[in-house]
Amino acid sequence: MEGFFLAVTLALCATILLSLYRGVFGPTVFDRIIGAGFIGTKTIILLLLMGLIYDRIEMLIDLALAYSILNFIGTLIISKYFIRKGAR
Amino acid sequence: MAFLVTFLILFAFWIFMSGQLDWWHLSWGVLSCTLVAVISHDFLFKDIKSKGRVKETTLFFAYVPWLIYEIILANIYVAYLALHPKMLDLIDPHIIKFKTRLKNDFARVTFANSITLTPGTITVLIKDDYFFVHAINKSAAKSLPGNMERRITKVFMEE
Amino acid sequence: MIIGAKIFMIAGLFFFTTAAIGFLRFPDFYTRMHATAKGDTLGTLFFVIGLALYTLHHGFHWFSIVNSIKLISIAVFWFLASPTATHALLRSALESDLVPWTKDKKVIVAWPPKRRK
Repeated sequence: MEGFFLAVTLALCATILLSLYRGVFGPTVFDRIIGAGFIGTKTIILLLLMGLIYDRIEMLIDLALAYSILNFIGTLIISKYFIRKGAR
Repeated sequence: MAFLVTFLILFAFWIFMSGQLDWWHLSWGVLSCTLVAVISHDFLFKDIKSKGRVKETTLFFAYVPWLIYEIILANIYVAYLALHPKMLDLIDPHIIKFKTRLKNDFARVTFANSITLTPGTITVLIKDDYFFVHAINKSAAKSLPGNMERRITKVFMEE
Repeated sequence: MIIGAKIFMIAGLFFFTTAAIGFLRFPDFYTRMHATAKGDTLGTLFFVIGLALYTLHHGFHWFSIVNSIKLISIAVFWFLASPTATHALLRSALESDLVPWTKDKKVIVAWPPKRRK
């Protein structure tokens, strides 16, 4: 089962690389913000998978919960900050 | 009353979050839940006297499985669009604007989140009774105010 | 239990991957948001259900039940949070005059359309 978890982790890393393209070269500011949020969601799942691989799931679940709240609040605050006319 | 219900909900959440049942953790839980409940017991139950809150919650939980079914359909549709080689012919995005009948704030939030999670539509803006929804093509927009609004009206018992 | 966990995780991985491909291929910001808002939510739900099933496969002890409830609470929180973050981003994009990509140049259309006689 650990081999399966490692394979899923590698596939998630490939997905992160795909969305990192938009995060770096996105034509507008908002594309970069969703790129960051999308990578954040993958990070929550990666934390949980790491917890199962190293057998410390009870510690890493709390970290994942805190990180999901942090990701949500970060997206909200940044999107409030970028309301400007003609933001590019 | 509102204080007691808030305290009980918070304490059940504390027990599941900590997972320890010895007196040390439980006493810290009682202390912190009391503190939070004193500060914020009027947020969760603003209008506790209004009747039918229990029935509303039950109907809301009956609404959730239909929502999950719609979300799975939406994801399959997005996967079909994303993997289709001639994707630009299939999409025809517009922001459409329609008037809603829902008055309650919580019903409006539920309706906006449900629109975002169902096939081909996401809510952009709500401005005095008008919903601005970005639809990915005309056939996705066709189903809009009808079925889902009727279900949410039934859940929150308006009219 | 383990086979169910594997099936759920592979389904979640499929939806994450299609969301990322859609995020790369769609023509403008608003249509990209369609891919990420839906794919994120359902992918997280499937992954979390799979991980909870795997946590329960040793048997129903107190700690495994608590861990699976915590995992499900992550999914419930994300069901509320992800559409809200989407609305906030879309609204700030619309208020900063980011024009959507359309085929004809009409951006905002009233709905339902008026019937012709």
